[in-house]
Amino acid sequence: MFSKWHSDIRCVARRASRLSLSARDHSYTICHERRSARVTRRNVSVDSPADRFATRPPITTPRGKAEKGSSVRSYVLRRLLQALIVIWGISLITFSLLHMFRDPALILLPPEATQEHVEAFRREMGLDRPLVVQYAKFLGGMLCGDFGRSFVASRPALDLIAERMPMTLLLAASGLGFAVLVSIPLGVVAAVRRNRLSDHAASVFAVLGQAMPLFWLEIMLIIIFAVWMRWLPASGSGSLAHLVLPASGIAVSLVPVLMRLTRSRMIEILSEDYIRTARAKGLRASVVLFKHALRNALIPVVTILGFQFGMLLGGAVITETIFAWPGVASLVLESIFNSDFPVVQAAVAIFALMIVMANLATDVVAAWLDPKVRLG
Amino acid sequence: MKTQPRRALLRLGQVRIGLVGVAIVSLVILLALLGPWLHSYNPLGQDLHARLKPPVWHSEADPKHLLGTDQLGRDTLSRLIYGSRISLTVGVLAMSFSALLGIVLGILAGFYRGSIDSIISNMVNVMMSFPYILLAISMMAAAGPGFQNLLTVLILTGWPVYTRLVRAEIIEVKERGFVSAAHALGCRNSRVILKHLLPNIAGSLIVLATFEIPRMIIRESFLSFLGLGIQPPMASWGGMLAEGRSYMLHMWWLAAIPGSAIFLTTLGVNLTGDGLRDWMDPRTRT
Repeated sequence: MFSKWHSDIRCVARRASRLSLSARDHSYTICHERRSARVTRRNVSVDSPADRFATRPPITTPRGKAEKGSSVRSYVLRRLLQALIVIWGISLITFSLLHMFRDPALILLPPEATQEHVEAFRREMGLDRPLVVQYAKFLGGMLCGDFGRSFVASRPALDLIAERMPMTLLLAASGLGFAVLVSIPLGVVAAVRRNRLSDHAASVFAVLGQAMPLFWLEIMLIIIFAVWMRWLPASGSGSLAHLVLPASGIAVSLVPVLMRLTRSRMIEILSEDYIRTARAKGLRASVVLFKHALRNALIPVVTILGFQFGMLLGGAVITETIFAWPGVASLVLESIFNSDFPVVQAAVAIFALMIVMANLATDVVAAWLDPKVRLG
Repeated sequence: MKTQPRRALLRLGQVRIGLVGVAIVSLVILLALLGPWLHSYNPLGQDLHARLKPPVWHSEADPKHLLGTDQLGRDTLSRLIYGSRISLTVGVLAMSFSALLGIVLGILAGFYRGSIDSIISNMVNVMMSFPYILLAISMMAAAGPGFQNLLTVLILTGWPVYTRLVRAEIIEVKERGFVSAAHALGCRNSRVILKHLLPNIAGSLIVLATFEIPRMIIRESFLSFLGLGIQPPMASWGGMLAEGRSYMLHMWWLAAIPGSAIFLTTLGVNLTGDGLRDWMDPRTRT
């Protein structure tokens, strides 16, 4: 079933690239249509600076250069090399977290430690050696998955994080699932009923959702649904009911971006020739909408989802602290208040590595889906 | 025909929404500036006889404390006003300095390209690989709490968005005819950048910078909320929210009031930014 869907997309994409020969006058019609429809920024939101921030694709070498006589493989290799450089940078920043601002011994030791204590600790931890040596040791450890031992639990920091990670991933995945379930139908409705009341309602919701600080929204969710209504537990974990409020918090932070993107892509695609052809063939409206339009509109949405992975994890960090959800971020906060810095460093590095991997995977999938890159 | 008036109303709303934002922002700024003269309570002054008074809509409210008092009897409204000063200051300062840093790096990368571009671009990619808030939390943990450290961390983590925007736009604008013409006329690079490139990208920069202010305010209040930013007894919105959270079960307003202040401010600035963007975008100008 997937392969059929995939060949469908390839067909359409190839068609689209053939169509783009006449892109000049085509884009004029779209522009013109946009202006006449009096749609303000939501149509063009993909090119606007704020959304550029929100979607944060990494800077890559221009596609045009890559296309000359190269295939997906060389693109993937280049992208892999770039990811390696970024991973090296991540190690550098994670290492310097401890050295950037003040004497690491002061961060790691409780404030009442005596001078002799501090000196002994420095020698023991190797903090008296040159920075380069310390960094080499850190990098070597990181490459083997060793971020040092937690001072409090006296276990490898990585083990502690691995224990908590499933909870964080569960939270993030349910938030994402919730967001997709809400934003894609909303985006489709807003596109189909453009400039009608439901479209405006959806855009008001998007503006409010983007302005709302996530941690405040979640506190309000607790006040309303846990304190006033008493429907759901206010914090903690253990049952499905515990998951509902945190997951909806994360979903609200993702819905505006996804919904706007779905809407603008749907509007673009619904004005394509092949949609008109499909309609002219006498296909049912629902078939045209879901089979011809939505599937194609979802390609960039999937790509953006990959790039939003960082935002998703960031949302999970905030959510965990509000709902006392026992994931990695709660562990980080506990470790911060216990001066257990190896755990903090490990968590920062692991999250960053996960985001790099997600971005890499997204780029590779996008290259595979996009014939302009895949076919060379 | 029936829908005609409603559509007109909606369109009016689209045009005017930016003005609503400007109104909200001006109100917040006015309150922050004039607050102490309008409402003269010491934000740090404790009054243990008047602890946890409810706000004015409650039947047991004390008319002297419009928004009630907190667990130490400090007046919520005056703490809110002082908190707004901190949030606005941090928001504007962090935005300006990170913009300055980001723009300079973006120009270096976009104008000179080559190895300096690949260094800066990779730095941006590295910074963007961290979940922002986790990086900021751990940097605050390493730096220690306080106003200056908070500002430093927000600047150190806030510049990449500007660099990415400026780099991309400079690369695009650089190829246009008037830039080659300026070069051909013998303009120095500095003149080309300042007189020809920057004015061309100023519009999108201003819009981005506007959207960055509320983001900085939210980050500041979240870090203060976690106890890593502004420290008590100094009044900050995030700190008030954290204190109010302990009383959420019985006195929800203690958490809801400072949170609403954050929300209203960020909403106001966001709407202003939306309005600015529409106003500057020729595609939407009629």
